[in-house]
Amino acid sequence: MIEVRFHGRGGQGAVTAAELLAVGAAESGNYVQSFPFFGVERRGAPVQAFCRISDKEIRIHQNVYTPDYIVVLDSTLLQAVDVSAGLKKGGVAVVNTNKQVKIKGAEATYCVDATGIARKHLGKPIVNTAMLGAFAAVTGLVKIDALEKAIRHRFEGELGEKNVAAIRECYEVLKK
Amino acid sequence: MIIPHAKVGSSLKNKTGGWRSQKPIFNPELCKKCGLCQLHCPENCISGVEMDKKVEERSVAKTDYDFCKGCGICAKVCPFGAIKMVEEEK
Amino acid sequence: MVKKTVEGSFAIAEAIKNCEPDVVACYPITSSSHIAEGLAQFYADGEIKEYIRTEQEFSSISAIVGASAAGSRAVSATSSQGLALMHEVVYAAAGMRVPIVMAIGNRALSAPLNIWDDWQDSIAERDSGWIQIYCENAQEAIDTAPQAFKIAEKVMLPVMFCIDGFYITHSVETFEVPGMEEIRKFLPKFNPKLKLDPKNPVSLGVYAMPTHYQMFREDVHRDAAASLKVVKQVHDQYGKTFGRTYGDGLVEGYKLKDARFILVSMASVCGNIKEAVDALRQKGMKVGLLRIRSYRPFPYGQVAKALAKAKAVAVLEKSYNLGGKHPLYSDVIGSFVDEKKRPVISSIVGGLGGKDVTVRDCEGMLKKLAKGKHFEVWW
Repeated sequence: MIEVRFHGRGGQGAVTAAELLAVGAAESGNYVQSFPFFGVERRGAPVQAFCRISDKEIRIHQNVYTPDYIVVLDSTLLQAVDVSAGLKKGGVAVVNTNKQVKIKGAEATYCVDATGIARKHLGKPIVNTAMLGAFAAVTGLVKIDALEKAIRHRFEGELGEKNVAAIRECYEVLKK
Repeated sequence: MIIPHAKVGSSLKNKTGGWRSQKPIFNPELCKKCGLCQLHCPENCISGVEMDKKVEERSVAKTDYDFCKGCGICAKVCPFGAIKMVEEEK
Repeated sequence: MVKKTVEGSFAIAEAIKNCEPDVVACYPITSSSHIAEGLAQFYADGEIKEYIRTEQEFSSISAIVGASAAGSRAVSATSSQGLALMHEVVYAAAGMRVPIVMAIGNRALSAPLNIWDDWQDSIAERDSGWIQIYCENAQEAIDTAPQAFKIAEKVMLPVMFCIDGFYITHSVETFEVPGMEEIRKFLPKFNPKLKLDPKNPVSLGVYAMPTHYQMFREDVHRDAAASLKVVKQVHDQYGKTFGRTYGDGLVEGYKLKDARFILVSMASVCGNIKEAVDALRQKGMKVGLLRIRSYRPFPYGQVAKALAKAKAVAVLEKSYNLGGKHPLYSDVIGSFVDEKKRPVISSIVGGLGGKDVTVRDCEGMLKKLAKGKHFEVWW
């Protein structure tokens, strides 16, 4: 079973990202489970969301304490939150930043300027979908086509296409 | 399985007139058939004033002593002093 | 039956919708808000006949009691303070024998204010005469919705099916939701013998004098206790139709056959306990789980039988009886009143207000109980 932990700030779409990842991963026959850790539900407050992907039925219902992957939607969290807490040995981090950072305790850290990409396609710094593209490129755990399908299902019409463009670009950037 | 319910009309069997300590006496001489007592009676036991008719075509108010509990509201609301409450003789 | 990956609450709302309720009345409250919102969406789309947006929960339950008394299939969803506010009518609903159904997103009660999961809200309504079924996961809740209506309408008692807040209500997983046509074959139309009907007027919920009141309550007690059979029957029938079962419908045993040390619990934490049992079994420990599904009526006989050969048992519950012995613990002990022998039975209160009870915690509990000594702890 693979466990993924998303770190974001209220309003950035971490919960939606975890959900879309689950929907995308279910597409290829996996058992999935995604859920938020609800804290104080305020815009800007640090939030976490979780996703489990498994080839067996998922029976557990608890927070993710020892993730295989962490996805950081906002680089300012790196100073505020211990994002790599409990990260498994060999664990991988995907971070939204325009700098090159190294997450302590992670086997590898992949950086992508998702904010820039999201601004370009959506006109807003909402990075959750773009970061899923980065996650798909780095991990291969979910097919980019399945994510695009999930996004089009969630966001209708033009908004869906804009999000798909953002996820595509993030995917391509990290595939290189 | 018992579903607690009451059939319609069951309250007709329970004659509450016996609860009265005071009794309203209606004076037909003073009654102007306005129907106020009939509208106010909480037991709905005053009748006779046909409100859909013109005043001169109506009957005077009367009560059904089988159900009148003697609350005295009719006497209180009557603008003409046509209803007097008297002690119930036991 | 279609497989879809959605949030538990929305799948549960869809299952409720597919039971074709005539009237829904809700006032959304965390953690069951998304069930209410899902039902409202179906109403907006014209798939539910009536949805009453009430101003608070007391009105929600009052509305569905009235609707049910008039012969409608009626349902609501609530949590925590919402259920507490309904309390007065919760009792009235059972006493009036209206077969309403409620989905409860379990959540702690104030104070301090807390929006997370435990069972205080529904356990507080334990003595009301309602049937209470606790679901381990959202798939079970989806499957329990049609069962709840069928049980309620058979025994003419209200049913609440309880779902752990957030753990189940907000988890996105892949579910199978039975369709309306399929449910129709399982769940017949609601056709009560007695209802509010202008053509045959009666009044329901009338008063009873001291000479009669107790008789009515005793009647509810007798029927509630006897409904064990119906809960099981309906579960089995559902299993035959849809291919999914949950233990015997009343309790579910996990690796009990040779188990010497058994943890007893309810709802979603049982998934974690199953993982813990597997982990400790690999180390050679003879541990097991007994999950209570039907909390009211309580399956005393089944519990005593399942635990008879155990050396020690511990009861883990996300509920309490402050200053007394805790509710589920008392019920498990109560199962042994007619038995000559019983295992050591210990009590654990845990997971209150969303405090995570992890697989590791469950392993710790099983190890502690395997020492065979009695204990009563808050974990």
